[in-house]
Amino acid sequence: MEHLTQTFAALADPTRLGIVVHLARREATVSELVDKFDLTQPTITSHLKVLESVGLITRTRIGQSRPAQLAFERFNEITEWIGQVQDVWEGNYKRLDAVLSEMKRTEKKVKRKRKK
Amino acid sequence: MKPAEVSTPSDTTVMVKRDFEASARLVWRAYTEPEIFTRWCSGPPWSMPVCEMDVRPGGKYTWRWRNDESGDEFGFCGEFREIEIDRKIVHTQAFDRGNMDLGMGEEGTVITVTFDEKEGVTTVVTLFEYSSKEDRDEALSTGMTDGMELSYSKLDEVLIGNGKL
Repeated sequence: MEHLTQTFAALADPTRLGIVVHLARREATVSELVDKFDLTQPTITSHLKVLESVGLITRTRIGQSRPAQLAFERFNEITEWIGQVQDVWEGNYKRLDAVLSEMKRTEKKVKRKRKK
Repeated sequence: MKPAEVSTPSDTTVMVKRDFEASARLVWRAYTEPEIFTRWCSGPPWSMPVCEMDVRPGGKYTWRWRNDESGDEFGFCGEFREIEIDRKIVHTQAFDRGNMDLGMGEEGTVITVTFDEKEGVTTVVTLFEYSSKEDRDEALSTGMTDGMELSYSKLDEVLIGNGKL
């Protein structure tokens, strides 16, 4: 849970979210991200560190460069969790939908009777 | 209707938002009249043997659920703090774990429910304010932030019934 909260905090930054969206398409090196986001290298590096610390990205080493990749497994865990919390609420809310539409029907009937 | 949106606006809160195709007055009744509330807040195997609400500032409520297959029980109780008819309910909530081993935020929680009607659609926003981040996370991790967990199985039934699965 602790981890999850930190993950959401990590994503609650427009640049980091942008990086994640970019990495969802393909891996990228720091210098590619510097060009793409028009930010300094230290800024990009610090954003990558935050994302790496919560497990959202991984970085490999190829010679001098350390391209970053999205950790798809971690992402699936998060979406699964959100789905579960949502399901729980939806179970009740779907029943409430049904109850409300029945209440609406009853109300109409009562109105019609009153008119008669 | 779009499914419920769940978000965490801060470290100690959880917010759930959902639209309903009904007037705020009807949604209000579904939330405040025990005989209606029970119908949508429980579903097999869970029944709601106790649902008492004295809906006025300072009034108390007790909700209790029972799993009719296993005999497990748990509940919530608390006090209404603010009542604005058809618009807003603020209540405290304490978790009664009954005979079940569930974490649900032991310290009191304050819950604010608002009903906002626009063109026949009512948006219900439920804000849970926990006394600490730990309590919030515990409640979240059980996947249930209210007495509203009850059943994935019921959801499945509803979906199957609609031919969507």
